[in-house]
Amino acid sequence: MSQETTIIEGDTGIFEIVVGLEVHAQVLSQAKLFSSAPTAFGAAPNSQVTLVDAALPGMLPVINEVCVAQAVRTGLGINAEINLWSRFDRKNYFYPDLPQGYQISQLYHPIVGEGSVEIELEDGSSKTIRVERIHLEQDAGKSIHDLDPRSSHVDLNRSGIALMEIVSFPDMRSPHEAGAYLSKLRSILRYLGTCDGNMDQGSMRADVNVSVRRPGEGLGTRCEIKNVNSVRFVQQAIAHEARRQVEIIESGGSIKQETRLFDPDTGETRAMRSKEDAHDYRYFPDPDLPPLVVTQEQVDAIRATMPELPDQKKKRFVEELGLTDYDASVLCADRANASFFEEVAKFAPAKLAANWITGDLFGALNKAELSIAESPISATQLGQMIGLIDDGKISGKIAKQVFEIMWQEGGVPADIVEERGLAQVSDTGAIEAVIDQLIATSPENVAAYKSGKTKIIGWFVGQVMKETGGKANPGIVNQLLKAKLDQL
Amino acid sequence: MREFDTIQQMSEALSRGDVTAVELAEAHLVHMEKAVGLNAFVDTNPEVTLAQAKASDERRAKQEGGRLEGIPLGIKDLFCTLGFSANSCSRILAGFRPNYESHVTGRLRAEGAVFLGKLNMDEFAMGSSNETSVHGPCINPWRAEGSEQNLVPGGSSGGSASAVAAGLCLGATGTDTGGSIRQPASLTGIVGIKPTYGRCSRWGIIAFASSLDQAGPMARHVADAALMLNVMAGHDPRDATSSTLPVPDFTAAAMGKDVKGMKIGIPKEFAGDNLGADIRKIWENGAQWLADQGAEIIEVGLPHTEYALAAYYIIAPAEASSNLARYDGVRYGRRAENPKDLEDLYARSRAEGFGDEVKRRILVGTHVLSSGYYDAYYNKAQSVRRLIRNDFTKAFSQVDLLLTPTSPNAAFPIGAELDPLDMYLNDVFTVSTNLAGLPAMSVPAALNAQNLPLGLQLIGPAFGEEKMITAGAALERAAKFHVRPTPWWMPEGDR
Amino acid sequence: MSVTVDTVCKVARLARIHIQEGEAERLTGELGQIMDWIDVLGRCDTSNVEPLAGITVDEMPMRRDEALMNNSRDDILANAPAQDEGYFVVPKVVE
Ligand SMILES: [Mg+2]
Ligand SMILES: [Zn+2]
Repeated sequence: MSQETTIIEGDTGIFEIVVGLEVHAQVLSQAKLFSSAPTAFGAAPNSQVTLVDAALPGMLPVINEVCVAQAVRTGLGINAEINLWSRFDRKNYFYPDLPQGYQISQLYHPIVGEGSVEIELEDGSSKTIRVERIHLEQDAGKSIHDLDPRSSHVDLNRSGIALMEIVSFPDMRSPHEAGAYLSKLRSILRYLGTCDGNMDQGSMRADVNVSVRRPGEGLGTRCEIKNVNSVRFVQQAIAHEARRQVEIIESGGSIKQETRLFDPDTGETRAMRSKEDAHDYRYFPDPDLPPLVVTQEQVDAIRATMPELPDQKKKRFVEELGLTDYDASVLCADRANASFFEEVAKFAPAKLAANWITGDLFGALNKAELSIAESPISATQLGQMIGLIDDGKISGKIAKQVFEIMWQEGGVPADIVEERGLAQVSDTGAIEAVIDQLIATSPENVAAYKSGKTKIIGWFVGQVMKETGGKANPGIVNQLLKAKLDQL
Repeated sequence: MREFDTIQQMSEALSRGDVTAVELAEAHLVHMEKAVGLNAFVDTNPEVTLAQAKASDERRAKQEGGRLEGIPLGIKDLFCTLGFSANSCSRILAGFRPNYESHVTGRLRAEGAVFLGKLNMDEFAMGSSNETSVHGPCINPWRAEGSEQNLVPGGSSGGSASAVAAGLCLGATGTDTGGSIRQPASLTGIVGIKPTYGRCSRWGIIAFASSLDQAGPMARHVADAALMLNVMAGHDPRDATSSTLPVPDFTAAAMGKDVKGMKIGIPKEFAGDNLGADIRKIWENGAQWLADQGAEIIEVGLPHTEYALAAYYIIAPAEASSNLARYDGVRYGRRAENPKDLEDLYARSRAEGFGDEVKRRILVGTHVLSSGYYDAYYNKAQSVRRLIRNDFTKAFSQVDLLLTPTSPNAAFPIGAELDPLDMYLNDVFTVSTNLAGLPAMSVPAALNAQNLPLGLQLIGPAFGEEKMITAGAALERAAKFHVRPTPWWMPEGDR
Repeated sequence: MSVTVDTVCKVARLARIHIQEGEAERLTGELGQIMDWIDVLGRCDTSNVEPLAGITVDEMPMRRDEALMNNSRDDILANAPAQDEGYFVVPKVVE
């Protein structure tokens, strides 16, 4: 394990960055955490709001069992301890998008305890980022400030949706590490099916705690940058915030613990105008909710349905399927990619399949701005096509044509090859005829070969391929050519 | 209108066809109109009431009657019910009309009850005199012998108590967070039951202190209260604190059972030096009545009783400060005019919307939860709460029920302007059962020297309402409390 | 532990209750009296006593994960002091 540290060089010495993340991940569920309102994204304002979500008088919360199971599942996914007894507390504060006047959360007894996430560093080594806890809590609604110059508009559709707050220890030492951690966490959540990880829709956001210190010193005062909603922004925010803090310290100032916002337009962080530090959340156990008890049997049942996670999968791809570390990483980062690969690999050798997916397929998808789920070529089609290459039915070059046809028009690879006459010619008679003709018309090159410039055989192969429209089996061509030229 | 004394009598008259639900409802509405001086009802809607009564008559004609078919009831303003406003007798909820029905009132409706209107109460159920209501004080139908001074009915369910005591209805719903059913029952000479925490769903009842609030019935007779409780109780999946235990037949418990062999505990800590001689006498009488019917009277200790009130006045305000945060002028209720910004909207809407007592409790509750004080106050109080519950557990290993006075005093004058602490002392005998989540009831026992009613309290173990009700009926039989207040509030000709 | 005017102002601000000129002094007296009275708890030994939440149900009952709307948007907005195009409206919030 190597220690990768981004050092900031100040005028008075060097500084180390210390980062911890509080990631809010929206739990994948049909209904909200404590009400039956749907969780679908993008509905008309206040159309997914029950009496409970709007905190009408006399309304009470009742927990959604799937949200609990999802939190347990997520805990198991990061090898964390599951707390069989946990409890909900109220976090009290006033805000228009917080209808109850408190958020139901878990301060004192979270459902998930300590766990960890492995990240890969730029030098290829790995590092463990420890997770302190995961707790369940309610999301707030949304305030919209730009519909009217004098007023804010409040939409409670999000209000009450289940969030998992995944709190890391301050184990990250660079923007890269924070980015790697967030990406890895997102990948794990997607594998588990506990969060869709769509940061642009707000299903995952991070509060970023940043501090700096001179090497060897204790932790510095941290600032919390709220609600950053992309991996890139998290990295930018850390870089900017760390530089800002170093500048303050170097000019003799001290860091004030505060809440800041990241502005994606400027790439800078700024202090929030509303005084967060004036808050006193007055946490206390929610008297509407008995303790949350899950049994070891329930935990074990969830454990029994755990999918293979990215780290395990990658290990298997490398060790059992012989993929390169790089290809395995690329394929495993996303569950959909990995599944696609595994499907393709049912029809074709794994390494060849990996090459085609990470090369041609990803290239084409990127260019067309499509996700793997939207790929016009299915895993079966691609697998069958690669199978044809492996069987010697088509050459790699022809395969690119077949790929293009499938992308544009679809179709079964074998049929495409058959109908369009793209099959490789392995008939030695036909190939021999072409070779004989070629030898007869190229005396200079034959002479060159005979004089020891055996590399010129490549030219002969190219000519034969050209003559046969690329359909000749290159192996056979090579073999026949060599035999004939050597006989001369 | 013919006077009915019990719900059972009224039900029989309805079954015989002597009277229809519509006739009953109309007569009650007229009666309420004449008793408007008591200020018991704060919202009525005759159209809705009569429509309910008509529907009841139609069901009866089809032989579909429920257990409370056609019975007119009053509903405390804390319950959300269709067709009426639900303002918690607070300015901050002025104009609020719920489009949903509380679980408890829904069950009453489902059994055929007809709702006469919403009853006065202390604002957000915070008070023991019904004087903090935005609608003004409710008046006790009882007056001291030879006096024309208006007295409080107790609180917070003062409207319910006053209406039942004055015969405006035979039963009403109440809620009890620290004694709000039992103390007014005691001060108005009626029966009030606070069930075990979790027995009645809190869904649709405006929350005061979630871990203490329980709905319960108030009626003239134990059997009527038992019948109402049978209907009101039961599991509700919408309230996570609602018990799934089956609901026993409380009505049977109230009738034809005796207390022979029951062990009744007398907690000696309730007999402090300040206890008035009249109260002490009534308590002794109560014990004797039960003993006369074969119960064994045993002295027991509840050593942490002296801390109950202080613990209660930390826990209840703490929960209330959070429960009442939703009244912020954003989604419903009162909003201050022309707020200059959001903070101004919050601070003024709440300052204008809440009365003094509610503000006081919100401030106390906010203070005891604030950083640096949480352990010293809130956690300390919850620990004391455990000690209090342990006291009861120990006592109930020796006895079946406990007998105590309900209230430390009889009804007092409206406008006596007790300071907050003196007012809080009204709950001294009732709060510990709320802290422990136990069932308790008040049964009218006697009139004191001023001719004012006083009640006795029976306390049972958790979900032990049956025995408590049986003993309550035994007290009722012995007390023979049949007096009714002189209807001074009625127009001359109607008295 | 007596209550100061500062405490009352801080608590009133946390509770979002505006207090008028002069009101703070009165409230300080009232709250001080209540808090002093509450201090009786100091005499009660609670060492090694777990706080009790008071709920009689000891395990959280759970709801199935079914999306269900039993009310309309109008039900939610029906009592709103100010609304616009399906939104609740409040004075402009900074940040
Ligand atoms: Mg945070
Ligand atoms: Zn959070």
